[in-house]
Amino acid sequence: MLAADGTPLKESLGRALRRQKIRALALVAPLLLFVLLTFVIPIVSMLVRSVENQIVSDTLPGTVAALSSWDRQEGATPSEDVFQNLFFDMFNAAEAKEHTKLGTRLNYENTGLASLFRTSGRSMDDIGEVFQDAIEDADARFEDGAFWHEMMSGEGGDALVADRRARWENLTGEPMSGDIGYVPSQDIIVLLPETAAAYTDFAIWTAIEDNDVVAEEDPWEAVYAALAVDLRDPSRAAAIAEYSGAGADALQALTATEMPTLTFTDAFAEMDEDWLTPGVWQTVDVYSSNYTSGYFLNSVDRELTVDGVEARPENERLYIKLFGRTLWMSLIITSSCILLGYPVAWLLANLPVRTANVLMILVLLPFWTSLLVRTSAWKVLLQQQGVINELLVWLGFVDDANRLILMNNSTGTIIAMTHILLPFMILPLYSVMKTVPPTYLRAAKSLGATNWTAFWRVYFPQSVPGIGAGSILVFILAIGYYITPEIVGGTDGVFISNRIAYHISRSLNWGLAAALGTILLVLVLALYWVYDQIVGIDNVKLGG
Amino acid sequence: MAETQQGDAFVEFERVQKSYDGETLVVKDLNLSMPKGEFLTMLGPSGSGKTTCLMMLAGFETATHGDIRLDGKSINDIPPHKRGIGMVFQNYALFPHMTIGENLAFPLEVRKMGKSERDEKVKRALDMVEMGAFGNRRPAQLSGGQQQRVALARALVFEPELVLMDEPLGALDKQLREKMQFEITHLAHNLGITTVYVTHDQTEALTMSDRVAVFDDGRIQQLAPPDELYEAPHNSFVAQFIGENNTLSGVVTQIDDDKCIVRLDSGEEIDAKPVNVSQVGERTTVSIRPERVETNKDRLSDDAHTLKAEVLEFIYMGDIFRTRLRVGNSEEFIVKTRNAPDQPRLRPGEQIEIGWLPEDCRALDA
Repeated sequence: MLAADGTPLKESLGRALRRQKIRALALVAPLLLFVLLTFVIPIVSMLVRSVENQIVSDTLPGTVAALSSWDRQEGATPSEDVFQNLFFDMFNAAEAKEHTKLGTRLNYENTGLASLFRTSGRSMDDIGEVFQDAIEDADARFEDGAFWHEMMSGEGGDALVADRRARWENLTGEPMSGDIGYVPSQDIIVLLPETAAAYTDFAIWTAIEDNDVVAEEDPWEAVYAALAVDLRDPSRAAAIAEYSGAGADALQALTATEMPTLTFTDAFAEMDEDWLTPGVWQTVDVYSSNYTSGYFLNSVDRELTVDGVEARPENERLYIKLFGRTLWMSLIITSSCILLGYPVAWLLANLPVRTANVLMILVLLPFWTSLLVRTSAWKVLLQQQGVINELLVWLGFVDDANRLILMNNSTGTIIAMTHILLPFMILPLYSVMKTVPPTYLRAAKSLGATNWTAFWRVYFPQSVPGIGAGSILVFILAIGYYITPEIVGGTDGVFISNRIAYHISRSLNWGLAAALGTILLVLVLALYWVYDQIVGIDNVKLGG
Repeated sequence: MAETQQGDAFVEFERVQKSYDGETLVVKDLNLSMPKGEFLTMLGPSGSGKTTCLMMLAGFETATHGDIRLDGKSINDIPPHKRGIGMVFQNYALFPHMTIGENLAFPLEVRKMGKSERDEKVKRALDMVEMGAFGNRRPAQLSGGQQQRVALARALVFEPELVLMDEPLGALDKQLREKMQFEITHLAHNLGITTVYVTHDQTEALTMSDRVAVFDDGRIQQLAPPDELYEAPHNSFVAQFIGENNTLSGVVTQIDDDKCIVRLDSGEEIDAKPVNVSQVGERTTVSIRPERVETNKDRLSDDAHTLKAEVLEFIYMGDIFRTRLRVGNSEEFIVKTRNAPDQPRLRPGEQIEIGWLPEDCRALDA
């Protein structure tokens, strides 16, 4: 088929439709952009946190690499190589004050690791000083920063700088770009690899973070420790003897001197015996991958151990119960909203417009009041010395000694939330009922149905879409409710969202909060899907 | 007040009054009696009280005063669902969440009828309105006319002796409406059901009914068979409301038993039949149907009074000619003539003389 101007009809139709689509898109673009920036992107980035776990490999890159050859099942103390890497990683982390964050992260999985990392971080300098003292005693030139700079500088070490720079960036999460006024010599890198790496770390940190000139600063303790490590290798002595670069004589002098025999394993063991327990290393190893299911497992009361996924100990289980309670209580709240809201909506829909409008204001009034105010009002009403109890005692229904406990438990949450969410049930019900003409009831009665049969067989089925809409609205709102359970719920009446808020703002375990949030989101979507399968979302009406 | 007292009255209204607000009466002193099997139409403009009467009969409104009897028993205190009256609503009120079959089975189900018997009756009722193949459809899938048939079938399926219809054809287009009018009357007569039909469409009322009750201002203005209503309206409201009508006002100058002379406001005199006038000097409105006006003087008797008229407009309508004349003080005097070879086609501006048989012109209330 061809259009009037000879182009294929499909093509010209497509062109006409495209213009319409672009117009439509342009109209919604501002809102789309707003939602994307303020809603979608933050939520997605938050959800990504539930599986993100780069912190271990970023903070302890060398240690994680060294641990790869360690058998975590066997549970032996790791090799000296692991401890040596741990020292250099921890030293940098302590300089950047990142080791406590790692401790906090690993503490979620293995209690006690936070303090282990915090105290150990402080002692890194002490270990390094052992080697610094020995080296400086052997040759005083090693006390001078300028001497170090001259000895290490040269050409061809750009790759090493780039590599160490990337490590710093991973560790601190900041860009470590800029000139550092130092390029390691390729000869020295071959001769003293550990020293070159440690000095480059020092140079980058000094130049970029401290804004100092590298040549004027004395290197930190880790550099001396690295030099001592390099010198321990017996094959190095011959190479140093043949070396002729800057500071060659000083290095040769060192080879002749006795160096401290302190191993890093012993140094860490002396600091804290816990470093020798396999449990600590198993935790580090299990959580060393960049992405983890740990947070999600935690959200369902499981944990990742050496032997795979296991249930948490009885006394640490919390979340499944909390999810169950959230669902169950939301269900109760939704049902009480239906029971209380249906007659009200019916009344509203069948009264003359003028009276209905007045009553509608009464329904909407709480809607216009702050949520916090309403919840606080419930607190006043529900407490043991509150209005309801006083009234019941005064009327003699309740004994003064046995006042009802209506608050700080699930009863309080259910009462307050039913009241707060009631308008969300009444409004859709009302607008659906408004569309059911009264003639249907009359027709049913004229056909011989009693009032009840006419209601149940004819009116009620037609109001079901309203119940559906109201229930979805109330249930989904209830499942994520936070303020009301927080204020009147006590410990028995809190929801999963209160726990999420706790992890976001107090325990700062954002990964777990994100995992709990993701599960909640998936749960709601799944329920929505189930609802769609059973009732059909087309049957849901908000009016019209 | 029109009243037909019959010994075997099936539906009776006796001195029924209805007020919604306690200040004005919507229905004023209604008396009506219907024999079994009659098709009675309540006709009237909106707000005349006809629908209120129907609703009182159905039980959805209670009479403020008076007695409504069905088959000799007062039904004032019987709730609607126990009255056993079939009803067809204006917008059919078919239950949208049930299929056609379920809609029809509903009245049988609430009467606790067994399934096989129910199916049998539903099938028969659907076949009766030629909708047998639609039992599994939903009301929304049917056209207006089909819904109308189903609504009718549903009102009849439980075999009520009385069926009420509240403007059931109002939502249909003209052609379908005419077809359904015919079908409903046939069905009602064949089944021998007593029917009360409410409409504001006079053609519908005339074509369908055994008798028509013309409502206005909360009263029955006239209750009569269609031909009597058309040809012998009791008062000027009925004359105006039923069919097309020419009116001229004047004063009675001479009166006999079945003939009177009226002097129009323009000074001319005409012959008329006294209906609502009794003495000389009384003001009156004379009413004459457009098709009973004679433009050919030769066909009138010699002593007949004639009026001068000027042709204002001539409309060719196919089967008839419709001519608008200026007669006396009226410029809206209509004459309808059959399209026949000997019938002259008048031209605007032409001066003619018109007249009529005295019995065709009725002197009614002023």
